[in-house]
Amino acid sequence: MSRRYDSRTTIFSPEGRLYQVEYAMEAIGNAGSAIGILSKDGVVLVGEKKVTSKLLQTSASTEKMYKIDDHVACAVAGIMSDANILINTARVQAQRYTYAYQEPMPVEQLVQSLCDTKQGYTQFGGLRPFGVSFLFAGWDKNYGFQLYMSDPSGNYSGWKAAAIGSNNQAAQSMLKQDYKDEITREEAVQLALKVLSKTMDSTSLTSEKLELAEVFLSNGKVKYQVCSPGALSKLLVKFGVTQPAADAS
Amino acid sequence: MESVFGLVGKDFAIVVADSSAVHSILLHKTNEDKIMLLDSHKLMGASGETGDRAQFTEYIQKNVALYQFRNGIPLTTAAAANFTRGELATALRKNPYMVNIILAGYDKETGPSLYFIDYIASLHKLDKAAFGYGSYFALSMMDRHYQRDMTVEEAVNLVDKVIMEIRSRLVVAPPNFVIKIVDKDGAREYAWRESIKDAPVIAS
Repeated sequence: MSRRYDSRTTIFSPEGRLYQVEYAMEAIGNAGSAIGILSKDGVVLVGEKKVTSKLLQTSASTEKMYKIDDHVACAVAGIMSDANILINTARVQAQRYTYAYQEPMPVEQLVQSLCDTKQGYTQFGGLRPFGVSFLFAGWDKNYGFQLYMSDPSGNYSGWKAAAIGSNNQAAQSMLKQDYKDEITREEAVQLALKVLSKTMDSTSLTSEKLELAEVFLSNGKVKYQVCSPGALSKLLVKFGVTQPAADAS
Repeated sequence: MESVFGLVGKDFAIVVADSSAVHSILLHKTNEDKIMLLDSHKLMGASGETGDRAQFTEYIQKNVALYQFRNGIPLTTAAAANFTRGELATALRKNPYMVNIILAGYDKETGPSLYFIDYIASLHKLDKAAFGYGSYFALSMMDRHYQRDMTVEEAVNLVDKVIMEIRSRLVVAPPNFVIKIVDKDGAREYAWRESIKDAPVIAS
C-alpha cells in the first residue's frame, strides 16, 4: 500500500488516487444509510438512525434530515459533526444568494456551491476532507423537483433515486429495479421504506430507527415536512415493513 | 444634465436617454449611447458621472453574462435589479458610484418590468420613472398621459411628447435622444430622435 501518500490530503498517489478522499468515503460506508427518491409531485428522503436510545430527547431535532432553506432540505450520512459545519455553510450560501438577488437560490447552484467548498479540502489547505455524503432535495422554478447526491470529493450529480451510507450499493441496485419514472410521492415513500427495511442491519423496523421527510408543493409554496413518529409507525404498518427484515415482503 | 426615462407598456418596456456626452461647457458628441443591453432581454439606461457610468454598467453586464455561463439560465429582471442595487449599496459608504439607472426587462413568466435604481442604491419597481433635470418634465408628462397597457405606438407618442417638452423647456436641452425597447423578442434599439446630426466617426 502506498502509505507514504496517505497523510497529506492534497497530493495524488502514484496510481492517481486521493487516499484521504477514499478513506472519507469509507467512513461514510459505516454510517447510517439514507435514501432519496424523486417523484413527480415531490422528493422523499428516508434515513436510518444509528443513535437510538430511550434516553434521547427526540422532540425537535433530527439526526439525518436538515432544512437548508425554505425550498431545499438534505439528508446526511457520515460524521455528524462534519455534517453540521457543511449544513451551516450551505445555509449561509443560500441566504447570501437571496440577499443579493431577492430570490431563492436554484437548487443545483446551492449544491454546486457547497461541493466547491468540499473540493477545496481535497486540493489545498492541508486539512482533511469532510466525512459526509449528502442527498439534497429541493424545488425551484427552473427545474421543478430535484434530487442531488454529493460526496467528500466534491462531486455531485442529479438522481431520480439514490442511496448513501451503509449498504448503499445494495440499496441503489434495489432502487434501480423498482423505480418507475412516473412514480407518485406516496409510491416513493413506500419504495423508500421497503428498500431501507431490506438493507438495514437491524432485525426489526420501528419508527424510532427511521426518519422520513418529504419536499412537496402545497398552495404553490414549497413545504418540507418531517414525518412524526406516530404517522411513521402507521406508514410502516400500512406498507407491511414492520416485520423483521428477514420476513419483509 | 442627462435625462433618462422609461415606461412599461403592454408586453414591452421602453427606455429613453439623451445622447450628449458633456464635459463642463464642452459637448463632446451628440450620439453617445447610454442604454446598455444587459442581456438578450434587458435594458439598462444610465445617467451620471461618465466614467462611473461606463464602468458600472459594464461591470453589471459582465456579471449578468457570467451568471448565465455558470448556471445555464439567465437572471430574471428582478434578480438583476436587486444584484445591481446590492453592488451600489456595497460601494456606497466607501467609494460610491455616481450612476442613476433605469433597468427594464422582459421575463417570460412575468412580462415586462421596470426598475428605478438611484446612485444611493434605492430600488423601486415602477411603471414609469425618470432621472435628471428632464425628469421634472418627463414625470409630469407621463403622469398626465400614461396609462397601463399602452401599445408601442401610444408609448412612443408619449415618449415624443416628453422629448418635445425637454427640448423646449430645459435651458441646456440635449439635442438628441435614443429610444430602446424590450419585449418578448428581445431588447433592441427602436429609434433615434435627432435634431443635430454628428458626422459619423470612422472606426480606426
